[in-house]
Amino acid sequence: MNITLRMAWRNLWRHKRRTWLTVGAMIFSNLLLVFLISLQFGSYRMMIDNTLRSYTGHMQVQNKTYNDDPKIRNSFAAIIPLADEIRHQLGTDSVAARGVAFAMTSSKQRSYGLQIIGVEPDFETRVSTLPGLINKGHYFTDINAEEIIIGSVLARNLRVDIGDELTLLGSGRDGSFAAGIVIVTAIFESGVADIDRSMAQVPLGYFQSLFSMGDGGHNIVINAEDLPLVPLVQQNVNDIVHQRKELAVLGWNKLQPGLKQAIQADMASAWFMYAVLIVLVAFSVLNTQLMSVLERTREFGTMMALGVKPIRLGSLVITETFIMSSLGLAIGAVLGSALAYYLSIVGFSYPGMEEMAGKFNLPDRMYPSLSPLSIFLGPGIVFFCSLLASIYPALRLFFLQPVSAMKAV
Amino acid sequence: MNAIVCKDLCKTFKQGEEIITGLNNVSIIIEKGDFVCLSGPSGSGKTTLLNAIGGLDTPDSGEISIGDIRIDKLGKGALADMRLHNIGFVFQAYNLIPVLTARENVEFVMQVSGMSAAERSQKSHAILKEVGLEGMEDRRPAQLSGGQQQRVAVARAIVSQPTLILADEPTANLDSVASSQLMDLFTQLNRHHHITFVIATHDIRVMKYAKRLIGMEDGKIISDQINNDQTINVQTVNNKAQ
Repeated sequence: MNITLRMAWRNLWRHKRRTWLTVGAMIFSNLLLVFLISLQFGSYRMMIDNTLRSYTGHMQVQNKTYNDDPKIRNSFAAIIPLADEIRHQLGTDSVAARGVAFAMTSSKQRSYGLQIIGVEPDFETRVSTLPGLINKGHYFTDINAEEIIIGSVLARNLRVDIGDELTLLGSGRDGSFAAGIVIVTAIFESGVADIDRSMAQVPLGYFQSLFSMGDGGHNIVINAEDLPLVPLVQQNVNDIVHQRKELAVLGWNKLQPGLKQAIQADMASAWFMYAVLIVLVAFSVLNTQLMSVLERTREFGTMMALGVKPIRLGSLVITETFIMSSLGLAIGAVLGSALAYYLSIVGFSYPGMEEMAGKFNLPDRMYPSLSPLSIFLGPGIVFFCSLLASIYPALRLFFLQPVSAMKAV
Repeated sequence: MNAIVCKDLCKTFKQGEEIITGLNNVSIIIEKGDFVCLSGPSGSGKTTLLNAIGGLDTPDSGEISIGDIRIDKLGKGALADMRLHNIGFVFQAYNLIPVLTARENVEFVMQVSGMSAAERSQKSHAILKEVGLEGMEDRRPAQLSGGQQQRVAVARAIVSQPTLILADEPTANLDSVASSQLMDLFTQLNRHHHITFVIATHDIRVMKYAKRLIGMEDGKIISDQINNDQTINVQTVNNKAQ
């Protein structure tokens, strides 16, 4: 073994308690960082997944102009055959076509403006949690049925219940007058008042005839099996639709830019907390190494007298920190990974979570997401900052005079 | 040939408001292979002169040459290299590295100078045998007596085959037996390896081994004489060697 490494290793164990306290601080912070970062990544994944699975989906096929200008005329033709082809090519049922329009909805007593979504009943349940939020009635069974599902707030406002009729009045794609009568078959409660007040679903076949859409629609919603698979699935969908130049495949970050921004804002505040933890560990290392250098001033003076240059002595101090940091990184990362891995299998919840998740038709447990990034990002920064902190004690050696150093007690 | 040439060395120290004279126009020439004792009371300037010769401290004025090198003109890095390759130091308190074994303490200097592991191992073994520490190579300083530690320090000082050894009160912490053993070792090294020795001491027993005695007081050289008793010790060493 190299003598510098050997000296560094033995020097560390001259003060076992002090070394273990410093290494312990590193282990604890690394364990905490691995766990918290995994949890953070897991919660973002859950947040993205839940938000997207509730309505938007992981990606959508749209007319190129629709995302920036979501008007009824910015639709595309043969939406159901294309949705079928995508389902067939991807080998998944998590693909559903939709049409989107606006209409005035009237009951016997009242009228309200409403967003009407035309859906494929057989597949909508695979891309949206909304059908699962029905608390009264049943979902559509026929794509051409003259039926409607409305939110609980709207039902209350319109004073209607299951089996009641509603009149829809709006404009068709070609500017014609769109009018129809539908029967309320179900009432959902998403927990979000805005959605429950202003959104309704009708079967896509009926939607197309009501709004003069022909065989067209506005978007095909696609869900990947898992969030990390989204880029791959998106590439495959691109390959399927690339011959239809009027279409674009948009990922969730384009469809929901606010979600990404919210995550970035949350990450910034979390990293501030992590930075505080890392700085505390770095100061602990600085303190340990500074004390260690001061205690050994006489020894360093002797080595300088023998002809050892300060840079070699400095490298000894940095090697000592390197060993401590490596121990802290290895043990902390292993313990943190073990904890995060265990919880990523069994999951965990906090009081009240189950009740709230059930209300929104969401998973009732959180699962940390363990990845090489979540394992090594935090401990890597602690490692780097610890080495940085040891530069100051190492630099002090450059200003040491052999004679005065050897007189140090 | 001259091993050391000092010319008009001056050094002062500041202690609070007081200016203390360490060296006051000191000029000496020490020949190669000489065995010199610097003697005098505490504060006479022995250690200051030794530190200046060893490049551990810089004089305020004057010139110092070790062989052909003007060390007062050298920078920190060059001085460190010069100490590593040309000068061996033996200190009063041994100053061994506590976390290294006797063998590692000796090898440390060789590794710093870039010697290969095989050569280091062979040399350290031979040197420790020469200083009488065979079988104790793997002991740490705390497991050795004062005399044994000082022998390790001597082995460390001579292992890189320096031309000069500077020893500052090397027997101050040793009993009389260990002292005379150490001085016998110095005498042998001086005779067999032709290493120049400069020893700062106020131990009369040590002075008896010197070929030349330089007396100092208040930073000045007050006497410089050949030691007539030295022959007795050399004879003793020769008798022991036989």
